[in-house]
Amino acid sequence: MTTTTPRPGITTAPVAPVLRAVDVTKVYGGTQALKGVSLDIAPGRVTVLFGENGAGKSTLMKILSAVESPTTGYVELDGQVVEFGSARDAADRGISIIHQELSLCPNLSIQDNLFLGRERTRGGVLVDGSTERALATTVLRRLDEALDPDQPVGELRLGQQQLVEIARALLQKARILIMDEPTSALSAPEVETLFQVIRELTGQGVAIVYISHHLEEALDIADDVAVLRDGSMVAAAAAADVDLAWVVRKMVGREQDELFPVRDPHLGPVVLETIELSVADAANPDRLAVDGVSLSVRAGETVGIYGLMGSGRTELLECLAGRLHADSGQVLMHGGTLTGNVRQRIRAGLALVPEDRQRDGLVQTMSVGQNLSLAALTMFVRRLFVNRSRERAAVESMISDVTVKTAGPDAPIGSLSGGNQQKVVIGKALMTGPRVLLLDEPSRGVDVAAKADVFKLMAEQAERGLAVLFTTSETEEALRIPDRLLVLVRGRLVADLRAGEITRDRLMSLADGADTTEEA
Amino acid sequence: MTDTLTHDHATVLEQRRQAAAEARRLKTLNSIFELRAFIALGVLIIVFSLLSDSFLTVDNLITMTKHVAINGILALGMLLVILKGGIDLSVGSIVGLSGVVAGELLKGVRLSLFGVIAYPPVWAVVILCIAVGAVVGTVNGILVTRLNVAPFIATLGMLYVARGAALLISGGTTYPNLAGQPSTHNTGFDWIGGGRPLGLPVAIWIMVILVAVVAVLLRSTPFGRWLYATGGNERATELTGVPVKRVKTIVYMISGACAAMSGIIIASELTSAAPQAGDSFELNAIAAVVIGGAALSGGRGNVRGTLVGAFVIGFLADGLVILGVSTFWQIFIKGTVIIVAVILDQSQQRFQRRGAAASAVAIATNEPTDLGATKVRPEDTAP
Repeated sequence: MTTTTPRPGITTAPVAPVLRAVDVTKVYGGTQALKGVSLDIAPGRVTVLFGENGAGKSTLMKILSAVESPTTGYVELDGQVVEFGSARDAADRGISIIHQELSLCPNLSIQDNLFLGRERTRGGVLVDGSTERALATTVLRRLDEALDPDQPVGELRLGQQQLVEIARALLQKARILIMDEPTSALSAPEVETLFQVIRELTGQGVAIVYISHHLEEALDIADDVAVLRDGSMVAAAAAADVDLAWVVRKMVGREQDELFPVRDPHLGPVVLETIELSVADAANPDRLAVDGVSLSVRAGETVGIYGLMGSGRTELLECLAGRLHADSGQVLMHGGTLTGNVRQRIRAGLALVPEDRQRDGLVQTMSVGQNLSLAALTMFVRRLFVNRSRERAAVESMISDVTVKTAGPDAPIGSLSGGNQQKVVIGKALMTGPRVLLLDEPSRGVDVAAKADVFKLMAEQAERGLAVLFTTSETEEALRIPDRLLVLVRGRLVADLRAGEITRDRLMSLADGADTTEEA
Repeated sequence: MTDTLTHDHATVLEQRRQAAAEARRLKTLNSIFELRAFIALGVLIIVFSLLSDSFLTVDNLITMTKHVAINGILALGMLLVILKGGIDLSVGSIVGLSGVVAGELLKGVRLSLFGVIAYPPVWAVVILCIAVGAVVGTVNGILVTRLNVAPFIATLGMLYVARGAALLISGGTTYPNLAGQPSTHNTGFDWIGGGRPLGLPVAIWIMVILVAVVAVLLRSTPFGRWLYATGGNERATELTGVPVKRVKTIVYMISGACAAMSGIIIASELTSAAPQAGDSFELNAIAAVVIGGAALSGGRGNVRGTLVGAFVIGFLADGLVILGVSTFWQIFIKGTVIIVAVILDQSQQRFQRRGAAASAVAIATNEPTDLGATKVRPEDTAP
C-alpha cells in the first residue's frame, strides 16, 4: 500500500473528469469556507469526500451543484468552464444533489414528487399522468424498488424516501449525483440497498460524489477519495491505495494530538440527572425522538453523547434546556425536579449552546458584545438602565476568556469566522454563570484550530466544576474528548462507556447493531 | 496545466485587489445612503422654501411640526412593533376610539346606582383614554403571542373591532364642545390641543418627551436590547432566555397607548371627537417608520430615523397644500416617496452586504482593509 499523496486536485482516475472544480474559493461574511480548492470527478466512479465538520465539504458540494457560486475560481463540465444560473440550471445539465435533509413534499405522491416542477404535460397545460406513470415505473424498477407511484411520500421510510430522491435525479438524466450524508438516517439493510443502487449507477456511467461521517462505510464504496481540511484540499488518491488510518490522519492533520485536551477529571456529586425521559418527535408524533433516556452528569465531568442525525441528540438537549416539552420522565438538578421554560432553567444554572448557531445561537443584526451579553443583560442593570461600562468590562473579559478573535465588542457578529462565532455562543452561555453546560455538536462548522479551542474551553469549564454534556457525530471526538460516552441510537441510549472502554469498532457496531434490531 | 494554474492564481490575486478597492468604494456609498432620510428632508425644505414665501416661517414651521407630532407619536409606537418584526394596523382606529372615550367621559358618566352624573377631571380622562389604548394594544399582543395569530391579521381584526367600538359608544355621532364647563370642574381639555407652554404647542412637547423616553428605552434598558434581539432572531433570543412573549406584548401595549395619546391630542385640538377620527393613520405611521430606515422584517431601525420619516411625510403633505397642489397629486406623490424610500433602503442593504463580502475576499490576501473596524449598533444603522 502506498501512502504517497498525489498533488491536490488531481485524482488518479484514468478517465477524463466529467466535472472539475478549479481553484475555488468561497467566502461567507468574514469566513473563508474554501481556500483555492480543486477537485476532479470521474464518470462511472464514486468520489468520496472526507473532512471533519467545517472542513468545507458541504460548501464544495453546493458549488458543484450550483446552489452557491464560487467567490473566485470556476467549475468545468465536460472540459468547458460553466457558470450555472441556478441549481435548476445545473440539474438540467445533469448535476443533481441529494441533501442530508430530503427535499420532498410529504403530502404528495411519489409520482408527483418525481415530476415536481418538471411536470410532463399535454399541450403545455394538462399534466400527462400516463406518461409520468410510465416513466416513474421505469425509473423505480431501475432502482429495484417495488414502490407504488401513488403512495404519499410521507408514508415511506427514510431509506425509501432517499430512493425517491435518487429516482428524481435519474429522471432529470443526472450524470453526476452528489450525495450529502445519504446513510446517516438509514438502517443497515437500507444502506446495503443504497450501495447496490450506487454500484448500478456507476456501472451506467454516472459519477457519484459522496460525503459521509461513517468513514469505513464510505471507504467501502469509494473509488477515489479526496480529503478536505479547513477549506483546503489536503490529499486525493485512489481508494485502493489508502486505508482508514490514512484518511483519519489526513482529516485531522498534524494538530491531532493538540486537538484533544488530556484531562484528569475530579468528579463531584451528580448535578444533572434524567429519569426515563421521553420526547415526542415533532415531525412524526407517533414516534419518540427521545425514548426513555436515563443519564447523569457529575460536577467536573464531561459526558459525550455520540449520535448521528435523527438520533434524538438535539431533542434531548433541547428538552433539558426547556425548549421542548418532555412527554414523560423527569429532569433532576442537584436532586430536585427541574421544570419551567428556558429562562427559568437558565436561572437554575443550565445553559445550552445550540447546534445551529445561525438559527438558534446568534442575532445577526447585533454586535459581538451585544450577542455575548444578551442572556445575562439583567445582571448589568442599575436602576432600570443597563450600566454600559460594567457590561463592556464583562464582555471584554469574556472575549479574552473564550479567546474570540475580533476587532472588538462593537464588531458585527457576521465579521467573525465560524469558530469565533461558536466561541461567542459559548461565551454567552457562560456569562449566565451556569452549573451545567449543554453543547449540541459544538464542533459543527468550526475550523481545526477553533475546534481545539472549543474542546479546551469545555475541559476548562469541567475543571472549574461545571457538568459538561455535549453531543457529537464525529467518531474521533467521541473517542477522545469525553470522560464518559453515551451512545444514542434512534432516541435510545444503547451504551454508557468510560473513556478507556471506547474503541472505534465498538462504537460503530453499537450504532449499526442497534439500527438493525430496531428495524427487525 | 501548471501554466494555467499560475495564471489562475494571478487572476485570483487581481480579483482580490479589486475587491479591496470595491469594499472601500461601497463603504463611502453606504455612509451617504445612511443619511438619505435627512437628505430627503433637507431637499424638501429647500424646494418648498424656494417655491413659497410662507413655507419657511417660524409660525408655519411650528404649525407643520404640530401636525407632524400626531403622526410622530403614532410612529414611535409603530417603530417598537416593527422592530420586533410585527406590524400594528389598529392604531388609526385606536385614535378614533380614544377620542370617543374622552368625549363620553367629558360629557359626564351617569352613575345610576347613586343617581348622579360624575364628571371626571381632565387628568383622569387622559389617563383613562391612554389605558383604553393600552388595553386594545395588549389584546393585540395576546392574540399574537398566546394565540399565535399573525400580527397582520390580529391587528387588522382589531382595526375593525376598535372602530366598531368607537361607533357603538358614540352612536355614530360626534361629541361637540369638549372644552368642559367650570360648573362641573372638568375644564382644560382643550389646553392639550391649544396650549403653548414656552411658546410651543403641547402636542410638540408630548412628542419631544416621548421621543426621549423611547430613545432611552431602546438604547439603555434591557427591554430595548431584547426588542432588537427579538426582531433580529426571535428563535435564538428565546433560547437565550429572554422573555420574548412579554417583550412582544409590551410593544403592542405601548403602540396602543401612543395611538390613544394621538387621539386625545386630535380631540382636544378640535374640541370635538368624531368616531371616524384617525382613519388610515396607521399607514402614515408605517410610512414614517419605513422612510426612517427600519426594516419591516425587524431588528433594524431607530428613533431618529422614524422622527425624520415623520417630518418627511408631514412637511411633504403640508408643503404640497401650501403650494396648492391638488389632493389627488398629493396622494400620488406620497405613495411615490414611500416606494422610493424603500428602494433606497434596499440598495443600502445591498451595498452593506457587498461591502462586507468584498472586505472578506480582500482580507484573504492580507490587503489592508478595515473589516471588523466598522462599528455596529442596530440603533445606529439607519438612516
